[in-house]
Amino acid sequence: MNDVRYEAPKTLEAAVALLSGANGRGKVLAGGTDLLIQMRAGRVEPGLLVDIKGIPEMTSILAENGAYRFGAAVTGMELVEHPGFAKAWPGVIDGVKLIGSIQVKGRATVGGNLCNASPAADSVPAMIAAGAVASIAGPRGRRQIPVEDVATGPGTTSLAPGEIVASFLLPRRPPRSGDAYLRFTPRTEMDIAVVGAGVNLTLDEKGICSRARVCLGAVAERALLVPEAAAALLGTSLDEAALERMAAAVRAACRPIDDKRGTREFRIKVAGVMARRAVELAAKRAREQN
Amino acid sequence: MSKNRVTATVNGDAVEFLCETQQTLLEVLRDELRLTGTKEGCGTGDCGACSVMVDGRLVCSCLMLGVEAQGKSVQTIEGMATGKTLHPLQRKFLEHAALQCGVCTPGVLVAARALLERTPDPTEQEVRYWLAGNLCRCTGYHKIVEAVLDAAREMRGA
Repeated sequence: MNDVRYEAPKTLEAAVALLSGANGRGKVLAGGTDLLIQMRAGRVEPGLLVDIKGIPEMTSILAENGAYRFGAAVTGMELVEHPGFAKAWPGVIDGVKLIGSIQVKGRATVGGNLCNASPAADSVPAMIAAGAVASIAGPRGRRQIPVEDVATGPGTTSLAPGEIVASFLLPRRPPRSGDAYLRFTPRTEMDIAVVGAGVNLTLDEKGICSRARVCLGAVAERALLVPEAAAALLGTSLDEAALERMAAAVRAACRPIDDKRGTREFRIKVAGVMARRAVELAAKRAREQN
Repeated sequence: MSKNRVTATVNGDAVEFLCETQQTLLEVLRDELRLTGTKEGCGTGDCGACSVMVDGRLVCSCLMLGVEAQGKSVQTIEGMATGKTLHPLQRKFLEHAALQCGVCTPGVLVAARALLERTPDPTEQEVRYWLAGNLCRCTGYHKIVEAVLDAAREMRGA
């Protein structure tokens, strides 16, 4: 067993300095629900663990003029139990609620779910549909990028050495907005998405869709934003024809693998179904929001 | 190799221990503090046998490092009974025969208590969803769910 150093810095600057000085052998420790398993399996062998849960920005949930900023190390259960956030972003909560058991959600974080970069991560399509922006701290300072630009493939991200996803900003939404995330799994709990679909949309006063984002999980090497699917909804009342055009765009965008949890053909078909249902649920929530 | 020095509270008692960074909280509880009521099932956070409370949060102790317990309050199955008086959940598990081999039982009890603290009157569905992270290969869950619902009734005074 190699010697692993543990540090729990109190500031982002200190965390970035520690990671930058670790010769690529440093790992960020947030909830640890993926990292500890990877370490025990010998898949990663860090020389330094930087526990970022003592950094205030990374562990707080703040309402900012109707927008929300929450730390990348906020746990799933903290988000689920936050009354304001859960009401503002029910679709993000749909995704977070599906991350493992209550026990796992007590530790697991949205930042970790994103940076672990599993294509099947449940919170990620919902966050991308929400238009969430990641605030990244690194040796060269801060930068803001859309969440869809963080993961690049299974287990890989666009983060440079020493960079840390610090927090997420979910922008304020117009009235009559709703979001939803649904996934297909053989069982209802404790499973990994075969297909996931996140939708965020806004209706105008007449019920016409004026804004939409559609994002899929587990049908490509990373979560897939599908602008063509969103475009099929814009200007419509989300009628049957629009939903079918949207589903067709979803199916066309899928490039899944065959594996034990689902064949390529099955995933493509189910992606259309999940996206339709997610649109319907998001629209229902938008209407209830008056 | 330099070890990490950690101070924490376990079942209300102040404890201090040395651990290597890779040692999980589960390993620390069992091997350093000799609290062997908490069990290892899978070691990957799937089975819930190692469930404990950390600062009021239900977690898998196999998915947390011992060093992360610095300054935290940990509650394990050993802190559930009051002296020789069993917690109502423990008593109901015996009455309903809600255990067979017993390996999952400490984790199920800790998880069930966490549920009843926040939801004193859960539905059967709420119990089943809450305990979805606690696997039992013996009972088929029915008796566990019955015992939790019965304990909830008694604890509400209903």
